[in-house]
Amino acid sequence: MMLAGRRRSGRARSAMAGNAYDPERARRFRDAALPHLDEVYTLARYLLRNATDADDAVQECYLRALRHFDTFRGGTVRPWLFAILRNVCNAGYAQRRFADQDIAEDAVPIWSETPETPEAHLLRHRDEQSIRDLVSALPEPFREALVLREVHDLSYREIAEIVAAPVGTVMSRLARARSMLRAAWMAAEEKGQ
Amino acid sequence: MMTCDEARVLLHALLDGELDAGHAREVETHVAGCPRCAAELAQFLEMRGTLSDANLSFTAPAALRSRIEAALPAPVVRAPWPSRRSLLKGFAFGTALSAAAAASVLFVVVRSDQDQLILGEIVSAHLRSLQAERLTDVPSSDQHTVKPWFSGKLAVAPPVADLTAQGFTLLGGRLDYIDGKPVAALVYRRRAHIINLFVAMAASLERGAARHETVQGFNIRRWNEHGLRFIAISDVSADELADFGAKFESASRAGA
Repeated sequence: MMLAGRRRSGRARSAMAGNAYDPERARRFRDAALPHLDEVYTLARYLLRNATDADDAVQECYLRALRHFDTFRGGTVRPWLFAILRNVCNAGYAQRRFADQDIAEDAVPIWSETPETPEAHLLRHRDEQSIRDLVSALPEPFREALVLREVHDLSYREIAEIVAAPVGTVMSRLARARSMLRAAWMAAEEKGQ
Repeated sequence: MMTCDEARVLLHALLDGELDAGHAREVETHVAGCPRCAAELAQFLEMRGTLSDANLSFTAPAALRSRIEAALPAPVVRAPWPSRRSLLKGFAFGTALSAAAAASVLFVVVRSDQDQLILGEIVSAHLRSLQAERLTDVPSSDQHTVKPWFSGKLAVAPPVADLTAQGFTLLGGRLDYIDGKPVAALVYRRRAHIINLFVAMAASLERGAARHETVQGFNIRRWNEHGLRFIAISDVSADELADFGAKFESASRAGA
């Protein structure tokens, strides 16, 4: 709970006040960034897989975004916020996020043999909560790519900018993420969950 | 010839609409002749459909929202602009020559002032449409339903273009207010992004080439044609919005 501690200390608050003297700037930030709060929170939930950590990371993300709003030059706000959130998550939760189950990118086969079951429509039967669980169970960096594409509907180029990787890497991460998701999905179906 | 290994990566880019026409054709040709890759594509298409139908989003807790709002400085009513009368007064004692100069200076001052206000209103109207869940008054993807809906409500008949084939889906139309005047708002969707296209009467019949701006992170494209003023706003990239504007212009010119 590193960030929670910081939240309650006066440090974050005074840092904020120091930058917030300009009401016009604060208003612009509010109009531009607040409408994306749910989306930023959603990404945080998938990156951190924990509601409390997501809360803290999103708050820290908005504090940083306001501080750096001057450096935001055009473009769209959403990818910019996502990139900040990602930095917050990587910095604050590096150990938790990357230690548990990250795997080398090429350790995952890009595709596995399509299972013999012809029932592709089995894929339809899962409810939203279990789909969220399946997505959340994917290892990084595949989960991140999949969520940015399927949940946030970003283009490959936007994802590439956010995760600071080439577009080709984004494409192969997505291919692997979907193969893994399909395998997990079918395994869950077989268990009859 | 494309191998299965290549195809099985590229088919993801195909179903994400990220391939150029040439590569898309290559993948499609391979899939057409390879039942295993075809099965693969069909499954991922289906999975993709299920994922996009499911609501996988979370909603920020109210406590988090209010904590962030509290951390932001409270919105302050903007200081009023200096009145135009006081600007005029400064010139009132000059010669005829400086009065002429004053007129042109005044014109510039008033113009940019107005411009800022209108761009601000455009952004607010766009945000309002996204937040209030009142995106359309007449929800329809049929241009022949949307266009007549405006008649009798506005002094102008906005052209409505069907751009579905070009990747911009018509969601409907709405009556909105900019600068205190009713305007037509046409609503299009690009992937998950909403584009509002405001149409109002122009001051002149002159054709005005497109101008691009970014305000508060939103891209805006403005142009004039046929005595109408068009303002498109969205959070799609500037390139995509330019593409939208160009397609709308050529479609409405073809339909005119």
